[in-house]
Order: sequence, then structure tokens, then C-alpha cells
Amino acid sequence: AKYISQCIDEIKQELKQDNIAVKANAVCKLTYLQMLGYDISWAAFNIIEVMSASKFTFKRVGYLAASQSFHEGTDVIMLTTNQIRKDLSSPSQYDTGVALTGLSCFVTPDLARDLANDIMTLMSHTKPYIRKKAVLIMYKVFLKYPESLRPAFPRLKEKLEDPDPGVQSAAVNVICELARRNPKNYLSLAPLFFKLMTSSTNNWVLIKIIKLFGALTPLEPRLGKKLIEPLTNLIHSTSAMSLLYECVNTVIAVLISLSSGMPNHSASIQLCVQKLRILIEDSDQNLKYLGLLAMSKILKTHPKSVQSHKDLILQCLDDKDESIRLRALDLLYGMVSKKNLMEIVKKLMTHVDKAEGTTYRDELLTKIIDICSQSNYQYITNFEWYISILVELTRLEGTRHGHLIAAQMLDVAIRVKAIRKFAVSQMSALLDSAHLLASSTQRNGICEVLYAAAWICGEFSEHLQEPHHTLEAMLRPKVTTLPGHIQAVYVQNVVKLYANILQQKEQAGEAEGAQAVTQLMVDRLPQFVQSADLEVQERASCILQLVKHIQKLQAKDVPVAEEVSALFAGELNPVAPKAQKKVPVPEGLDLDAWINEPLSDSESEDERPRAVFHEEEQRRPKHRPSEADEEELARRREARKQEQANNPFYIKSSPSPQKRYQDTPGVEHIPVVQIDLSVPLKVPGLPMSDQYVKLEEERRHRQKLEKDKRRKKRKEKEKKGKRRHSSLPTESDEDIAPAQQVDIVTEEMPENALPSDEDDKDPNDPYRALDIDLDKPLADSEKLPIQKHRNAETSKSPEKDVPVVEKKSKKPKKKEKKHKEKERDKEKKKQKEKKKSPKHKKKKHKKEKEERTKGKKKSKKQPLGSEEAAGEPVQNGAPEEEPLPPESSYSLLAENSYVKMTCDIRGSLQEDSQVTVAIVLENRSSSILKGMELSVLDSLNARMARPQGSSVHDGVPVPFQLPPGVSNEAQYVFTIQSIVMAQKLKGTLSFIAKNDEGATHEKLDFRLHFSCSSYLTTTPCYSDAFAKLLESGDLSMSSVKVDGIRMSFQNLLAKICFHHHFSVVERVDSCASMYSRSIQGHHVCLLVKKGENSVSVDGKCSDSTLLSNLLEEMKATLAKC
Amino acid sequence: MQFMLLFSRQGKLRLQKWYVPLSDKEKKKITRELVQTVLARKPKMCSFLEWRDLKIVYKRYASLYFCCAIEDQDNELITLEIIHRYVELLDKYFGSVCELDIIFNFEKAYFILDEFLLGGEVQETSKKNVLKAIEQADLLQEVSYLFSSLGTSMFCSCWGSLSHHSYSFRNYSEACLACSVHPFAVY
Repeated sequence: AKYISQCIDEIKQELKQDNIAVKANAVCKLTYLQMLGYDISWAAFNIIEVMSASKFTFKRVGYLAASQSFHEGTDVIMLTTNQIRKDLSSPSQYDTGVALTGLSCFVTPDLARDLANDIMTLMSHTKPYIRKKAVLIMYKVFLKYPESLRPAFPRLKEKLEDPDPGVQSAAVNVICELARRNPKNYLSLAPLFFKLMTSSTNNWVLIKIIKLFGALTPLEPRLGKKLIEPLTNLIHSTSAMSLLYECVNTVIAVLISLSSGMPNHSASIQLCVQKLRILIEDSDQNLKYLGLLAMSKILKTHPKSVQSHKDLILQCLDDKDESIRLRALDLLYGMVSKKNLMEIVKKLMTHVDKAEGTTYRDELLTKIIDICSQSNYQYITNFEWYISILVELTRLEGTRHGHLIAAQMLDVAIRVKAIRKFAVSQMSALLDSAHLLASSTQRNGICEVLYAAAWICGEFSEHLQEPHHTLEAMLRPKVTTLPGHIQAVYVQNVVKLYANILQQKEQAGEAEGAQAVTQLMVDRLPQFVQSADLEVQERASCILQLVKHIQKLQAKDVPVAEEVSALFAGELNPVAPKAQKKVPVPEGLDLDAWINEPLSDSESEDERPRAVFHEEEQRRPKHRPSEADEEELARRREARKQEQANNPFYIKSSPSPQKRYQDTPGVEHIPVVQIDLSVPLKVPGLPMSDQYVKLEEERRHRQKLEKDKRRKKRKEKEKKGKRRHSSLPTESDEDIAPAQQVDIVTEEMPENALPSDEDDKDPNDPYRALDIDLDKPLADSEKLPIQKHRNAETSKSPEKDVPVVEKKSKKPKKKEKKHKEKERDKEKKKQKEKKKSPKHKKKKHKKEKEERTKGKKKSKKQPLGSEEAAGEPVQNGAPEEEPLPPESSYSLLAENSYVKMTCDIRGSLQEDSQVTVAIVLENRSSSILKGMELSVLDSLNARMARPQGSSVHDGVPVPFQLPPGVSNEAQYVFTIQSIVMAQKLKGTLSFIAKNDEGATHEKLDFRLHFSCSSYLTTTPCYSDAFAKLLESGDLSMSSVKVDGIRMSFQNLLAKICFHHHFSVVERVDSCASMYSRSIQGHHVCLLVKKGENSVSVDGKCSDSTLLSNLLEEMKATLAKC
Repeated sequence: MQFMLLFSRQGKLRLQKWYVPLSDKEKKKITRELVQTVLARKPKMCSFLEWRDLKIVYKRYASLYFCCAIEDQDNELITLEIIHRYVELLDKYFGSVCELDIIFNFEKAYFILDEFLLGGEVQETSKKNVLKAIEQADLLQEVSYLFSSLGTSMFCSCWGSLSHHSYSFRNYSEACLACSVHPFAVY
């Protein structure tokens, strides 16, 4: 880290240098550091600097850094807009390419909006290289700026038939991605794609097209039918696995959407399954995985055809790869039937034993439970077997799913009445061996099982063989080491057990036995009373009091058992999980209102709430299969007991309020199930589940015989047969009568529950915005915002102008600060222009001329639209808004046969008396230029900033060498005393020109001209501030007029802005106010008016000399127009 | 495709390309998580895994893992194909590519990737075209590279002696491996 921070310091130093190559290098390093995880957001501005470098080498690095580190939150991203636009229109295709690539990574909604039009133009670029990039990037643009989709779509469609395969595939890619989000808008393209699919041989493209069809078919079944044939052909013919896989996937999708009514679709399913089998049998793990994945998709609709491959899938369970085993497990879930459930689970159980790694084992465990419990235990024919499976699972080391097993145990015990006896015996055995579970597994979840065990034993204590034994097991001191919530259940159920034992004893007339049990309770309960867990403590102390009371009564020989067991009378029914939610609020019941006035007396408080409770209870009579409900019940019981304990006469006087529960109807209505007694109910000890498999087979065999008999009978008797349950098929061959049955109907729902439909669509889906109907004709308002030449707008409707104006006026407000940077940025961009080859220059000149003539034509039109344009404020006439002919602020300094010097002078805002001179040296010879030195004769007013210790007469070295034909830029700082006058400095460049023949020493003299304009810095100003400035009255005034100007006003303003560093404050018609500031803080205000063939400039400035000098310079500039 | 990561067997990130906008923090978190999960997988395991709501496709080439995240409906096999194609491109460009090539020329590796994929979609399926584009772009910068004041090379001193064409993964010197951790070690 120390090394890195040192590196970063070094990089910061390098970034401060003016040499762009050093900067680029530093940025490159930063990119690497960014990858290593260091924050480089502080360098964002430097990255932009490098991006705007003229040389491809640096530009490339800059864009790379930008694409890696910029994101939507990067604020300087705004500054890149114009740079990117410039690069996009660059004549070099690689400049354009690199800009497009970069843009694809950091495009923001703003960038997308501003650049959409430029990119659209690029879509019809002459070079396929650019076209394809432009097409691809459009997808990103659509995502960020959905409004652009409709105008761009026709062109995108054209690209589908582009002669270049790369462009074509790019277009396919984009449309495919679009269609996947919102398929319905692209249905009309189906025929086109169909043609492409049958004709294309490029697998990459084919896959995309097929994927696209996969998205379209659910909407248009006819398409699916048409597709099947070519797809099956492809499946047969292709050798590419990826294509095969895609085809199979799509065929599956098609078949799902077709559902039925296809004569040959079973054939294609068969084909798919066969191919998938080949994939699964392949030695390549990847294919195996995908095969299983696709298989599970088929399974959903065509389970039968998959089931025949059970062997293969079971094989996959033995695979070395965990992810493959998990996939196979998923498949098994769908493959079980009544017939094979036991077999599959047995297989899984052996895997559980073998499996190393707890995660996989846990996964297996949950899958076993899932498989067994799916759709209401539909496939379980023998619940004893299931219970013993669950018990076996508890013996797993270190599973996290104890609560899952516990929940299953509770669920089964409650819902399958016939199994209760068996379950209770198993659970008591489990409680008996609780120390095994508890001791070794304190830290993991398996002790949760004891929770279920205790509850089942207590609740169904009447089924217990040796209740006394179990009671003792539950009262062991060891129990106190269990987690609190389990102890609480223990305590609660101990009482249930106790009540049960008491009753038994009393009925048998064993008063002593009953007293002994009571004594046991009194002896053991205190250990719970001391518990740290509140719940346990509370329950235990309540119960202890109760038991002590009973003890007293027993001593008086009062029969108490009846009363005690009445505490726990009543039956529990399972309730559907949503039932609670669906209980309608009774009319007139306002749940938010206070039930009582907050400050009422305590008596009424006692009474009323209970009444409310009762009302509700009638609606959802008794349901507490789950833990939460159990707790609720416990709480209520607690309350009752408290009451009873407080009132010594309570037990004697009135029957317990519990009686009410017994009256409620419902219990009798639950279909009670016949038990197939062919299975011995009592299996000694802890049975192994394997036994059941054997038993089951026997039973099945017998049943079959019976059934055959029955069937014969039935034929005569005409279906007199007992109706079992509606959801179970009674006739099919598959039917194997279950040994016990689940109370499926008993998941109660309130009568007037409403079917709830959930809203599943996510309104925040980013792709939703792209759900645009593409077939509608384009409306005018939808056209992309195109930043146009102002004059050209004259014939357009006024509405069109509104967004443009709005944007312009908004921009500066938001980004007042950034504006300055932006201006500077702009300048830099312009400097680059200079470095381009002379050939380009010529072209540009031509363009410039054309532009001028155009401008003339347009200016003639102007009066037409001027009424609309009148009063429209223009904030900034800076060149960014108009396609001005590219100009350079670099002026020629000197040249000879070896070298050409051009320079640009810029004022800096930070230092009030410094200007930076950027000198571009271009080597025109065939020799290498070395050892260049610049010496400048300082004047009184201006002097060059030299390295420390060097005298005035020493030259300053140029920090680079120039190979033939290249140019580079060096920057020097000059200090100026007074800026009101223009300055000229003499200087000499000396250098060594070295070629094959030898080296010569050469010199070149030059004159640096510091004009007054070069001391001005472009500073934005707002009309109100501008007005104040003018009103203040401390500005001197001067004016100048130039005749014979034919250039359009717009261009004129741009020229002034550009050459003299002004910015437009306001423009009305052919009149504009402009502002600028000198580096020493002089304000300069201009009013530019255009007459017929002339321009007049009125200036106001805090320094009259400066103003007059400036106006002279301006005159010279304007005269050239 | 949502993003592509390249990392070494030691879990060092060598290249990352994100086609979805995410904050740096998020990126770091994802990277760490994925590197861990992928490295934990045994060589015999298949190259796909489900992660959050994405599918991860990865493949190991020598000591480098190439790891892509794709969306639910995307084709895993074609993604593997993309990874392979990218490796082929790197191989062609560097001439039997090795991890060091990617460390020292990471910007080149990015450029190649950018020519091959754009915004997460395959841009050019033809190897020849990609390489041609890269070569021409290189040519363009070669001219300026000669003179540009690259006084401070960002490569360590062994860079000069390591003619990367002749080295493959197995036999690069240990000294170099050491500085591969700090690519700017000496300058």
C-alpha cells in the first residue's frame, strides 16, 4: 500500500505536467490501479484531458481510462459531450471507433440524448467498421434514452439487410435484445428474420435469431408452428452444440406456448429429449449441466417423456460435480410419482449418508422434504414411512434444517390423524434419546426437532404407550441446556402430559399414583422456574403454582383430573397459510379505533378484549399448526391459567371457558380417513425406513389383487365405491391407495375470502421504458433533438424550438461553475485542429466557403422567421451550438524548411498576470530535430518564466525531440505587468537537425505577439448581472464600425467569441450583447449590431486603453470576414 | 453480457469490463465474491453457476480465469465460445499469450476486447477482422510512439529482457513473477 500511495503521488506529479504524453502515461497507470481496486475518481478531469488529445495513442488511452472508471455519477462526464461529438465526426475511422467504444461503457441519459442524432448518422457511415459499432451502441442509447428508439428504428431495420455481415449481425443482436424485453412490438419483423434464419450460415447470428423467435412465439402461436420444421432440421443437421442447445431451448419454448393441438409435437419433444440425453451422456460437464437444465424445462410440460430417462438422471446424482447433482435433484423433484417415491428417496438417503460437505447435504435434505411434501403429500402412500424418514434425518450431523424437519413432523402429525399414534411413539423415543441430539448438536439446528417431538407428545398424549416414562424424559435436568423456546414448549407440554396421566390414574382409581406424579412435577418444575429465558420462567412458575394447588386438592381427595384435562380440550385444525389475511373485517369493526378509552377502569378492560377475540375465533375456528399460532394459543392459555391461579375458587365453581371450543362445529366435518390396516401400526423400536419399502411392496401386491377383485365387482355394482378424496384419482393404473390420507380439505379458508391477484410487474423495470410501439408513424415532437444552426430553424414550427430553448436556459443555471471549465475545454479542442495535416486544412477551407455561401442564403430567409425568434434569449453563442467551420486559434509564428512554429496564447484565471503560450513545433524536414532551445528577449512589461537559476539570456530547452513529419506542443508561461497594451516579443528557436548525412545547427527567429484579446478569458455572464454592470456607470465607452461584412450574424458572433474570448450574454434578432473578463479582472462588455452590410461594435470597459486596443483588434478580425 | 472479469489463480484481477453501470463499491463487492466462488470450484466441475439472478460462465486457461456474467435467457455455450474466441484473439495478437502479456499490455488486451465486444454484444465474429482493426489502430499509434516522450516506462526493468513471444506460462523467471504483483516495480 505504501508503494502504491507513492506511485499515486508520482502520478499526481506527472498529471500536473503539461506534456500530454506524460499525462497519458500517468492516466494509463491509473487505469491499472483502478483495476487493482484503487479509487481514481479524482483524476476524472485529467482523463478527459487525455481523451481530448489529438494523437490517437493518447486518445485511446484516455477513452480506455474513461470507459473503465466513469459511471453515471461522474460529474465531469458532462464535459465530454462535445469532445465525443467531435471524435464521432472525425475523419479517422479509428478515432470514431474508439469514441464509440468508450461511449458504450459510460453513456448516460444526457449523453444519449445529446449524441443520439450523431450516432444515427454514423449508422449509415461508409465504413462497415463504424456502422457496426454505431448499430451496437444504439442499444445502449435506447436503454438510456428510450425516446430515440422510434426515430432510429427504421434505420436499424435497414441494417438487417446490410451487405456487410458484421453490421447485419450487429443489427440482429440489437433487435434481439430489444425484442427480448418487449417482444410484441417486433412481431412484424418475423418474416424478415425467418428469411434470415433459413439463409444464414453464421452460427452466431443464427443463435440470436432463434433466441429472438423464442421470445416472439409466446405471442403468436402460428409462428411457432411454422418454426418447428426448420428448427428440427437445424437440430438434425448442426454440429455446433451451442446452436443445438439454442434450438432445443426454443423448440421447448414453442411447444410450451402451443400447449396442444399439434399433431407432430410429440415427435419433436421426443427428438429434443433424445438430443438432450446425448448431451447429458456426454463426458463434458458443461453439456451435462445444460442438458439437465433444459430437461427440467421440458419436465414442466411433458413430465412423461422425461420420466423415461430416470435412470440417467439418477446416474447424474453420482456425478463428481456438485452443480450437476443439484440440477439432477431439481429434476427428480418433478419426476416422482407414487410408484417411485420410496425408491427415489431411498436413493437420496444413501446419498445423504455419503455426501461430504454440509451444504450439499443440507440441500439433499431439503430436497427430500420438498419431494415428499410437494402438492400436499400427494405422492406419499405411507406416512409411517415418511415419519421414519424424518426421524432418520434427525440423526444427520450438523444440518441447519432442524426446523424444517420439525415443521414437517408437526404438519404430518396434525394433518394425518391416523399417523398420530405412530408419530407419538416415534417422538417419545426421540425425546428419550434427546440427550444424544442435544449434547452433540447444541450449536446446530437439529435440536429444533425436539420442539416438534415435545409438542406432538404433549398434544396427542392420549396415544402414548408409557406417558409416565415420557414425562420423566421431559423433566430431565439436561433439558435446561436446550434453547429457550424449546424449553418453553417442553414446559407447556409437560402439563398436557401431566393432565393426561392424572386422568388415567384417577380413572383407574390410583390416587397414590396420581399424587406421585404430582410430586414429580413439583420436584422437577423449579429447574425451569430458574431459567433465564423469560417465557420459560413465566410458564414454569404458573404451572408450578397450578400443580401445587392440585396437590393440595389431591390431599383433600378431591377429583381434579377432569378439570385439569379440560384445560387442554379441543382439537386443532390446520389452516391455510393465507387464511388469516383473508378474514374479512366485520362490518362496523374499526381496527384502528381504540377498543377502550385509553384511561378506562381495569374491570372493563378485562372483559371487552376477550369478547372481540371470541368473535374472531368463530370465523376461523381453532387453527394453530404452525409455531406462531402455537405461541398465540400458549399465550391465551397462559392468561387463563393466570386467572385460575389467582382465583382459588375458580376450579370448583364453574366449568372452564374452554368448553366453548368444544361446541364449535367443524371437527366432525373433517373427513376422517380409513386406515388401511394391512400395515402393522406398531413397529418395534425405531424402525428403519427401509422396512417400509419392503412392506409397501407387499402391500401394493396385495392391494393389486384386491383391486382386481374389486374392479370385477365394481363393474357389476356401477361405481358404488367409496369416494375417497376428490383430488385423488380413483381409477387410473397409477393409483395406489395410500395407507393413510392427508386432511387436504382441512386447510380452512374463511367463507368470504377473496381470491387475491398479485401484481407481479415491477414498475421499476428499466426495460419497460422501451416498450414502445414501433409501427406508429413518427410524430414531429418525437424527432431527436438536433442541435442546429440557428438560422436554419426559421422555417420550423415554434413548438419545435421550445425544448431547445429550454435546455439552453437550463444548462447554465445548473452548471455555472462547470461552464468555465467547459469553455477552456472547448479551446483545447480547437487547438487540436491545428495539428491536422495541411490536406485537411484545404478541405476545411473549402467547407468554410460553402458554409459561408450557405450562411448567406439563410440570412436572406431570416426576416421570415425573425418574428418568432424575436425576444428569444440566447445564452451563449459559443461555437458548440453551431456547425461552424473548424477554426484554429493557433497562429503562425515562424517557419522555415525545417520547422514550422504555431502558437496560441491563453490567459489563466488563477494567476492574474500570467499567460500561457502553447507553441506547436512541426518538423517538416526529413531529419530528426534535437536539442531545441527557445530563447526570448524579455521586455519590461513581459518576461518569460524560466527554470530557477537560469539567467535571462539562457535559452529554455524544448522537452522533446521531433522525428520527421511529426509535431508536438510545448507550453511556456509568461508574466505580464500591464495588460492594457498589446506586446511583441522577439525570440529565437535553435535546434540541431540530424539526418543521415550529419547534423547541422539551425536557427529560426520569431515574434511573439501578445494581443489584448489574448489576455481575455471567456467568462459566462447573465443578463441581469450584465445589466447591473452597465448601469454601474464606471465603465468607459468606445465604439467601432466595420463595413462590408457579409458573413451571417451567427458566424460573426462565433468568430468574436472564438478569437477574442467573449461569450454571448443575450441575443435579440441581429443584436447581441457580449461579455468577457481580462486576467486582471477588467470587465469588457460589447454590444454588437448588424446592419445591412456592416457591423457596429460598442464597447464598455473598466479600462479605456484596453478597450480601444481591443476594438482595434476586433476591427481587424471583422475586416477579414 | 453484463461484465467480464479476468483473474489469476491467486485471485488477482487482471482485467475487468463492465457493460452495466455500477458504482465502484458494487463492482468491488461483486468481483470479490465471484473470484472467491469461482476459485473454490474444483477443476472437474462444469463452467456454469447461478449467482444472484445471473448466470456465471467461466473458463480457465492456464493460470487465468475468464469469467462472464450473462442474463437468464442467454446461451451459456455461446458465452464459452466468446471467451474462447477472445483467448484466441489474444493468442494471435501476442503470439502464445501468457498472463504476463496481459499484465504488461493490459491496455492492448482491453483494446482487443473492445474490438471484439461492444456494450456486451459480439461486435465482430471474424477473428481476421478484429485483428486487422487492431493492427491498423496500432500502426496509427506506432508512428507517434517512436518519439513520444515515454521516458517513464510503466514497465519494470525485466520488461526489456522479456521477449514475450518466446515465453509461455510455465517458464517465466521467478523474478518476473514477483514484479507481476507490482507492475511498476522499477523505473
